[in-house]
Amino acid sequence: MVFPVAQRWLLAALILAWVASAVSSSIDPYFLDVVMGVGVSVVLASSLNLINGFTGQFSLGHAGFMAVGAYTSAMLTTVVAPRLGWHPVLLQWVFFPLSLIAAGLLAAVAGLAVGAPSLRLKGDYLAIVTLGFGEIIRVVLQNMDMVGGARGLTGVPAYSNLFWTFGTAALTVYTVWALLNSTHGRGFLAVADDEVAAEAMGLDTTRYKITAFGIGAFFAGVAGGLYAHLKGYLNPGGFSFDKSIEIVVMVILGGMGRHAGVVFAAILLTLLPEGLRELGSRSVPNPFGGAAWSLDWIKEMRMILYSLMLIVLMLMRPQGLFHRSERRRRGA
Amino acid sequence: MTEFLQQLLNGVLLGAIYALIALGYTMVYGVLRFINFAHSDVFMLGAFVAWYSVEKLGLPTQSIGGGLAALLLSMSVCAVLGVVIEKLAYKPLRQRSTLTVLITAIGVSLLIQNVAQNSRLGFGPNPKAFPALFPSQQLHFGALTVSTHQLVVLGVALSLLGVLYWIVHHTRIGTAMRAVSFNATAASLVGINNDRIISFTFGLGSALAGAGGVLYAMNYPSIDPLMGTLPGLKAFVAAVLGGIGNLPGAALGGLLIGLVETFVSGTRLSTFRDAIAFGILIAILLFRPAGLLGKLKVEKV
Repeated sequence: MVFPVAQRWLLAALILAWVASAVSSSIDPYFLDVVMGVGVSVVLASSLNLINGFTGQFSLGHAGFMAVGAYTSAMLTTVVAPRLGWHPVLLQWVFFPLSLIAAGLLAAVAGLAVGAPSLRLKGDYLAIVTLGFGEIIRVVLQNMDMVGGARGLTGVPAYSNLFWTFGTAALTVYTVWALLNSTHGRGFLAVADDEVAAEAMGLDTTRYKITAFGIGAFFAGVAGGLYAHLKGYLNPGGFSFDKSIEIVVMVILGGMGRHAGVVFAAILLTLLPEGLRELGSRSVPNPFGGAAWSLDWIKEMRMILYSLMLIVLMLMRPQGLFHRSERRRRGA
Repeated sequence: MTEFLQQLLNGVLLGAIYALIALGYTMVYGVLRFINFAHSDVFMLGAFVAWYSVEKLGLPTQSIGGGLAALLLSMSVCAVLGVVIEKLAYKPLRQRSTLTVLITAIGVSLLIQNVAQNSRLGFGPNPKAFPALFPSQQLHFGALTVSTHQLVVLGVALSLLGVLYWIVHHTRIGTAMRAVSFNATAASLVGINNDRIISFTFGLGSALAGAGGVLYAMNYPSIDPLMGTLPGLKAFVAAVLGGIGNLPGAALGGLLIGLVETFVSGTRLSTFRDAIAFGILIAILLFRPAGLLGKLKVEKV
């Protein structure tokens, strides 16, 4: 069989994820945890990139969609799965992916619910509404006793492994890429470039915006499911505004509407805090003799550096760090 | 009935504070057309300046003079801060897209919050008890109990609203503000220095936010670096509810949000009080996007 280049890449990534997953038992668990976190981040950043980057909308509620997915799949695997009496292997390889799809679908419904009213809104208004939706989802989860409320949900089985996280990451990147390179996908870019002109050309801009929100939220939900089965514990506080900002920063740093840049930024920004934490636990020898200098302060500085980076980036290089002419929009 | 009146009073007080913050959002939106995310952190800093002036500078507590001094100090510090933020972060972005400015504003907000939370550079993450700035006493009107602090909040908020109205409608600079807000290009054509007006607007709005922070802290006497986020968001909702860019609208919106929130807190739905404001926001944007007092603008191509 002959596959086009992109499909071949996807297939290679999936096989690689499978192989990595097979040898993962020999990898240090902490390292494994960090690496799987990278996969989840890539899914989140790529899906938000579809909304914020390619379609030119501005969503600040991605953590909310993620929360919907996380809780959906966690409830399925902790409440429904034990009653089925399936073999654990079947649970991890058949039931878990099904629960991820369910998580994505429910998150997509939430995404459509946000997308529908937000059609009338632009820029900063849309940002606030999505932020509001995210907060509402968090407050509702906090008040639902069924899912543990503010105490959180514990005992989520650790079904996420390298195959599921990286397989999903590859699939997400591929889907977003393939979508945008289809005839249909050019509509998203047109909406981002000039909404009025797109409308004048006969494009149904509303439909494109809703679709972007739906698909973006779907993958955010799947990422939430992966996250839940990676951490084993869910807490509504973990899906706050800060989490949304974290994903937004990945998209902005990578350059809104760039595929590779955003993936790279997601990897970088997930590894960076771990690196800083590692660095913060060390100390450098004092060249003047005396006690060694502790690098403890680095840990505390993480969020300050993040926000400074955001401001400086916007002032100096609003197109993102990894901007090259990857996207041949004009003239093509 | 007493319970209702008591709740009404609490609602009006909370509403007055929201109104003070909402005015800052609405004024900045009027001249620059963007949401100043850092506004809620200026509000937080206002409370901390008052705390500092008592704890470190030794202003007397429980006294009218000391309380007013702390209030004025935090208003002035916040005004200066607002102007500085505008000059450093927003002014270089004057011609850029709304999105760029919005992201910068979020960055500034995060920066202030995180510096404030840092125990070396700022105040540290732990909540601090806010001192009683003004003489505190409980007054009884029939069955109704009112604290002197509540009276101070009401008095200060109303006088500030009055002063703001006077500035905007009866001074030269206020007229210039309205002109810039109406049409920035035309305003600069008739000789108004837009940059100066924008700075002034930021200073004025930030001073109001600072005052709001002090008043809020007097009523809920515990302050922490993240205390601004929720009141800030609700005040923003208030500004949108009233019609963003519209000053009386912001005051009205603040009052309504304060009342709704207080009455919801009194019912079984109290745990959802923080979600109510967003529910209102979404409903407003769906059914009357221009807000209660705003006029819908037709987009021309």
